[in-house]
Formats: sequence, structure tokens, C-alpha cells
Amino acid sequence: MGETPHRSADAGTGGTRVTQSHEWPAGASARVAEAPVSTRSPGGTGLGGGGALPRSRKFGAERAFRGLTLAAGTAVLVIIAAIAIFLIAKAVPALRANTENFWTYEGWSPNETEPKFGIGTLAFGTVLSAALALLMAVPVALGIALYLSHYAPRRLGTALGFLIDLLAAVPSVVFGLWGRDIFINPVRDFSVWLNKYFSWLPIFGGDGPFGKSIMLGALVLAIMVLPIITSLSREVFLQTPTANEEAALALGATRWEMLRTAVLPYGRPGIIAAMMLGLGRALGETIALAMTLGITFGVSFNLIQSGGNTIAANIANAFGEANETGRGALIASGLVLFTITLIVNITARAIIHRRREFTESAA
Amino acid sequence: MAKRVSASNVTAYYGGFKAIENINLTVEPKTVTALIGPSGCGKSTFLRSINRMHEVLPGARVEGSLTIDDQDIYDRDVDVTAVRRTIGMVFQRPNPFPTMSIFENVVAGLKLNGVRKKSILEDAAEKALRSANLWDEVKDRLGKPGAGLSGGQQQRLCIARTIAVEPQVVLMDEPCSALDPISTLAIEDLMFQLKDKFTIIIVTHNMQQAARVSDRTAFFSIEKTGDPGRLIEYDNTQKIFSNPSMKKTEDYITGRFG
Repeated sequence: MGETPHRSADAGTGGTRVTQSHEWPAGASARVAEAPVSTRSPGGTGLGGGGALPRSRKFGAERAFRGLTLAAGTAVLVIIAAIAIFLIAKAVPALRANTENFWTYEGWSPNETEPKFGIGTLAFGTVLSAALALLMAVPVALGIALYLSHYAPRRLGTALGFLIDLLAAVPSVVFGLWGRDIFINPVRDFSVWLNKYFSWLPIFGGDGPFGKSIMLGALVLAIMVLPIITSLSREVFLQTPTANEEAALALGATRWEMLRTAVLPYGRPGIIAAMMLGLGRALGETIALAMTLGITFGVSFNLIQSGGNTIAANIANAFGEANETGRGALIASGLVLFTITLIVNITARAIIHRRREFTESAA
Repeated sequence: MAKRVSASNVTAYYGGFKAIENINLTVEPKTVTALIGPSGCGKSTFLRSINRMHEVLPGARVEGSLTIDDQDIYDRDVDVTAVRRTIGMVFQRPNPFPTMSIFENVVAGLKLNGVRKKSILEDAAEKALRSANLWDEVKDRLGKPGAGLSGGQQQRLCIARTIAVEPQVVLMDEPCSALDPISTLAIEDLMFQLKDKFTIIIVTHNMQQAARVSDRTAFFSIEKTGDPGRLIEYDNTQKIFSNPSMKKTEDYITGRFG
């Protein structure tokens, strides 16, 4: 063993040669010395050496960037405050003029001399259609994401992932047109079938007409939120540490058990975030729903009868012919929608936060 | 509990690259066998072939035959998950499931086997944690995240997780390479105790460790980069480290690798 240090010194590719190549060749350092272009060149005193320490600069890029970022941050607050003030200022007079209860009245006629409008049915339709869309989209989206990340051959996965992303690029008005003119036919047939065999369930009851229903709106919404949930979940699933997947497999897990033990729990916060983004889009979706829903005012859990309405769809449909009070009423409804979205987001954050102890130590 | 592992003409590939060639060796029950050799010589590949983890990687495959007590684990009728339950594995880096508590980590394998009853799981968890010399350190915080433990504790947690399903053979892929000397010592002590029950095969880069913990040592090497790894010598650890029969082995263990 006495020889070992000596041996290892010039073992392998030859230690001495390696050290030499790190040093500056004689010619190069000479050239640097002749033409001292910058203080960062390896010749001369070097970056960290020699001479008195320079004074810190009063106005450098550091301060400039600090100011810029501060301004950008402040701008967000100012814009939000400006919007809020504008919305509230417009909404309050309309709400004062309302002759019915804003929360419970079932109808929307703010342009009359005695304005009557209520948000209840619209808020109900908004939440129902969005929740239904999410209910249908999430299992499919997670299935696609798991397939793309863990089952599909890599090339196929990439290609399919790209296609899914393309789906997100389709404008919502196109979805609306497609839903209103084409997709409505199979949905109507399906609704009739559901009504025939399951009319004892209130959600599938009624005597028709079927077609432009909550079901159609929610299905179109589901297709629209599918890509965002899919691609986000897929990203999260792909980030699962290989070590954890192997740990599950080495314990004798089948592939599905491995997904359940290692991948899904690891991706849980990401899945929730993806769902919330999808829900946000579903809640705020305007034109596709304005085109596919039956536009009625009433609280009903019936999914297949023509009808349904949402806050955003109502704004799109009613804004054109609205007078001063009408616009104020729509703005008030917009504030309610904003509140709903806010509550959803806060809930989602609370869910993610609850298991933070586990997710943080995972990082 | 422990079974004999026997490899004959095992050759493993990563796609078109042949990583190991014609490995023949037999590991007796209730012994610790160390696999040593330079980086890239295929010892980890061989280890992963023993519980069919090698084939998890895309394009990876194994030829030849590997038996535990005369049953070929590469037989077409054999359920791969059953193989991995019989032959447990501890990895180089501690890899507890980050979303699970200490308790959930230990019983993860049992749950995969369909054990649901709480009392059984609790007993098994305590037994496995005691066997892994971790019980006293974690008994008051079984509900805390497994990833919150120190590196050495995490590795012992992973060992507990592996032995909780009561495998026949335990494979360890450089289990101490990410640990400090004190944690390493704890794991080495543990190996001494575990070999009463299990057949242990350990890959290590640390030759002192191989000399300390193992009964038999297998030395793997490659001719040059790109060549498949081969088994050069397999003998009692004492013999390998005092009087190896092959020149290559002697060169390697004395530091004259070349």
C-alpha cells in the first residue's frame, strides 16, 4: 500500500498532463500582458487581488433594477385598485335602483323604469356548469396525463402532448359555434336517451325540449379545460423523482400501484393547481356558454332540459342593449363572479397548504 | 427465510450496449456478499438484474438464468412483482416516499400486498423499524414525514421499508455512499444483524466496507471503456483481500488499478 499515493498521482490519463493543460500556455499569458483589455483577464492582478478596494457605486444597474421592479410591483396594485374603484362606483347606483332583491330575484330586467334583477340564478348556473365541467374533465385529463407521462412511448407522448396543447389554442368562440351547431345533435340524442331511462332522477327529468342545456354547456367547457389540466398534470407527473418510482417498483408494485404510491401523491399539489386553473377558466368562460346554453332564469338541477345561464354568458348577451342602470347591474354581477373565483382560489390554496409539511420536504 | 441466489451466464444490455457478460456466481443463504469493482464495471447492473429492476429502464434486457432456490426468476410464467417482493432492494440514495409519513413509508410494501388491518400494520412497522435500529429514534413521531429525517435515518427507514415485507434476499446498491461515517457504521452494524435472516448482496465502492461486512466478495472489472463488465474473481472476503488469485484483483484492492 506504500506505493499507492505515487501510483494514483499519475494514474489514468496521466495526472501531470491534466494539471498542465489548466495553466495558461506561455504564449497566451504573454499576449494578455501586452494588451491588457479588461481587469478580468487572468493575467495582471486578477479580479480579487491588488490595490485599494473600489468605492461602491451610488447609482448603478443594481439600484436601477431595484427601482424598476418596485415600480412594476406597485403598478399591479394601482391597476387593481383602479379597477375595483371603477367597478364599485358603477355597480352601487344600479344596485340602489334595483326594486327586487339582488340575491334572490329570478330574472334580469335592469333596463326597465323599475329595474329588477337578481344574481342568484346566474351564480347558481355558473357554479353548476363549471363544477360539472370539472367533474367530467378531471378524470379524463388525469388519465391522458398518466398515459402520456408513464405509458406512451416517449415520441408518441411528445406528439400527443403537442396536440393536446393545440386544443388549448382553439378560440372559445369556435368551441361555441361547434357546440351550438354540431355537438348539440349527439348531446340532444343522449339527453333524450337519458330522459327515457333515467327520468326518475330529477337531474335527467323534464319533458323537453332538450339540447341547449347545462349538459351541453358543461361538456363544451369540459373539452375546453381539458388541455390545461392535462398538460399541467403531465408536467407534474414527469417530475416525480425516478428514485421514488423505483422504490415503489422494488417493493413489488405493479405499474398502476407505482403510479398510485409514488406518482399521484407526489403530483397532488400540482393536480389541485391544475384543477383550479381549469375551474378558473370554466367559471369565467363567456362566449362558448352564451352560445350553448338555453339562457333562462331559474334555479334548477335539471341538466338536460334547455336552459341554464351563467354570469359571464349573461354579461355577453345583455351588454349590447343595456342602459346606464343595466350596465351597472352587469358590473355588479361581474363583481360577484370575481368573488366566486376568489373563494375558489383561496380554498385551493388552503388545500395545498394543509399538507405543506410533506410537499416542502419533498422538494 | 433466506434463499440461495444463483446466476449462470447472466448478460445484460442497455439497448445495444452490453453492460455485463456471462456472470456466474452463487450466493449462499444468510451471508453478506459484496460486489466491488471500478465504476462502470456493471456491478450495479448485475445487482439490478437479480430483482428484475434492470428491465425497468427502456431498452434494457437480461439474458441467461438467475435462480433463487432453483426457481428461475426470468421464467416467462413468473410474476415480476412477486420477484421484487421476494428480493428487496435498498438504493444508493435514501428514497423514502416524500408524501408519506414514517409509518406509511414502512408499511407501503405491505399495503401494496393488500394488508389493510391497522393492528397488523402497526406490529409490522414496529418490528421492521426495530430490525432497522430506527425504532427508538422515531417511535414518537411516526406520523411525521419520512423525508424529514436525517440522511442516515432515511436510509435505515428505507431498509425498514424493504424488510417489512419480509423478503428472502436484500439487495443494497451502495447504501452508504451518500452517508456520513457514523450513519455508515450504523448501517454496517445493521447488516451484521440482518444476515441472520436474509441473504444480503451489497454493491460498494468502499473496499474497507466490503472487507468489514461481507463473507464473500465478487470483483468485477472491464477491459476498457465500452467493453462489458465481467466477474474476475469470487471468493471468501478474507482471501480476496489477503491473497487474491488474480493479478487484476490484487491490483484493484491495492490501488494499482489499470
